[in-house]
Amino acid sequence: MSEYMIEVTDVNKSFGNGAKPVHVLDNVSFRVKKGEIVTLFGKSGCGKSTMLNIVGGFERADNGDVMHDGHPVERPTKRCVMLFQQINLLPWRSVIKNVELGLEEEKISAEEKKERVMDALKLVGLEEHLNKFPHELSGGMQQRVAIARALAIQPDVILMDEPFAALDSFNRYNLQNELLRIQEKKKTTIVLVTHDIDEAVYLSDRVMIMSSHPGRIFKEISINQMKPRDRTHGDFQYYRKKILEEFQLSDEQLAPEYNI
Amino acid sequence: MNFSIGMTILVILWQMVIWIGDYQEALLPSPLSVAKAIIAMIVDGTLFVHLQVSLGRFIAGYLLAVIPAIMLGMLLGRSPRVWQVIDPIVQVLRPVSPVAWSPFIVLWFGIGNMPAIAIIFIAAFFPVLLTTVAGVKKIDRSYLKIAENLEIKNWQLMYKFIFPAAFPSVVSGLRLALGTAWIFLVAGEMIGAQSGLGFLIVDARNMLNLDYVLAGIIFIGVCGFLLDRLISVFEGWVGKHFGMVRG
Ligand SMILES: Nc1ncnc2c1ncn2[C@@H]1O[C@H](COP(=O)(O)OP(=O)(O)OP(=O)(O)O)[C@@H](O)[C@H]1O
Ligand SMILES: [Mg+2]
Repeated sequence: MSEYMIEVTDVNKSFGNGAKPVHVLDNVSFRVKKGEIVTLFGKSGCGKSTMLNIVGGFERADNGDVMHDGHPVERPTKRCVMLFQQINLLPWRSVIKNVELGLEEEKISAEEKKERVMDALKLVGLEEHLNKFPHELSGGMQQRVAIARALAIQPDVILMDEPFAALDSFNRYNLQNELLRIQEKKKTTIVLVTHDIDEAVYLSDRVMIMSSHPGRIFKEISINQMKPRDRTHGDFQYYRKKILEEFQLSDEQLAPEYNI
Repeated sequence: MNFSIGMTILVILWQMVIWIGDYQEALLPSPLSVAKAIIAMIVDGTLFVHLQVSLGRFIAGYLLAVIPAIMLGMLLGRSPRVWQVIDPIVQVLRPVSPVAWSPFIVLWFGIGNMPAIAIIFIAAFFPVLLTTVAGVKKIDRSYLKIAENLEIKNWQLMYKFIFPAAFPSVVSGLRLALGTAWIFLVAGEMIGAQSGLGFLIVDARNMLNLDYVLAGIIFIGVCGFLLDRLISVFEGWVGKHFGMVRG
């Protein structure tokens, strides 16, 4: 058992094997400790989703290693649950059925299943909406259901691909708070993808800034500040500014490559 | 409401054609005599006897076609390589009118209920098979990724993901097949049947009762219309519960 939940070593990934393959990830390496919240931060198209898909086992890296709790990742498993950028719920299942989905084949008693489902739904505040269907829920509620499903499975890792991007800021703040509160309790390791600086600073223990074309990890910034964080506090602004500066640097570095 | 307006216009046009063209009853029966025929058939119950027989055959042929077509379609939709081989076969068989098979149908199944059921079977099978395969092939990858993530496989995958995700397409195929099969019901009942709405028309024609022929046509049309309405209500419900993602 290692201290790290996720270890990514020298991962490369290109798409399209024709005349002009696109090099999306270039020698990406990073590690995530157990219980840590780490953010992949970068511009649209820099390869964040691709990286997350590789960590989750949904796609294979061209080369390099991806380890999950000391074991190489070969395919997606329930130990590492992904919240996708677009669709997470099955529209033909009610809220409670969507949350149950991950437990149906588990060899546990019906009572325990029920309990885990209800606990998860309570954590995200949806115990009043058990029998609603996804199309009857707001975008924020839909994301909560997806989070509840992930929680009910009690995975080691939750991968989140811009989970709150489609929400208004009020909803987003709420869900971010809830996520922190839940994570504090469960100590689930979380890898989060976002292009929202505030979200990165507010949620993460560590932010990995990615540059694009090809995607690399340009800089890692640890955020040594107690949670919950005050969005208006000076330190918050300090990290915000720092990330922004590094981000601009990452962009400039790349400019010459365009001129060739 | 729109239905009544449409029907009224149709009846008026029909009556006008008779007045202007001065056709005899023997060539084109008037709305009035057809109405009388309809009422007569309702009153003496012959209509319901034939309708019941027709519906029975229809349901039998339709279900016999639709259930295997859906199951086969789901398997073929998940096996693109096999489908590439089957697809041309289906494309060759599909454009052949079910009636073209009637000589064989009579040889193999004789007369009675079976020819009509067989023809309905052929008419309903292909639309459902094709839409099911297409529906399965275009299932959003996101659903399959969720299944992968939750380690849901094989049979579980089929009934928890593939079937419901393809269901809207399947239902549109069911609707298409319902319409087509109903059209061919009459053709089926004209081959060797001694009852049913199709037989009603053949029989009336043989007796030169054109008003009964038209009455039969109207029944068939109205039933087809009602069946389509029924399934489109169902389709609407399905669209809401199985199609929509993110309101
Ligand atoms: N399956 C694929 N086939 C070909 N190219 C792909 C594929 N998936 C991603 N790409 C390309 O890889 C690059 C990175 O895509 P990715 O989805 O990882 O970006 P992202 O950082 O998640 O962007 P966003 O913030 O917009 O979600 C893009 O240029 C994209 O066009
Ligand atoms: Mg993305």
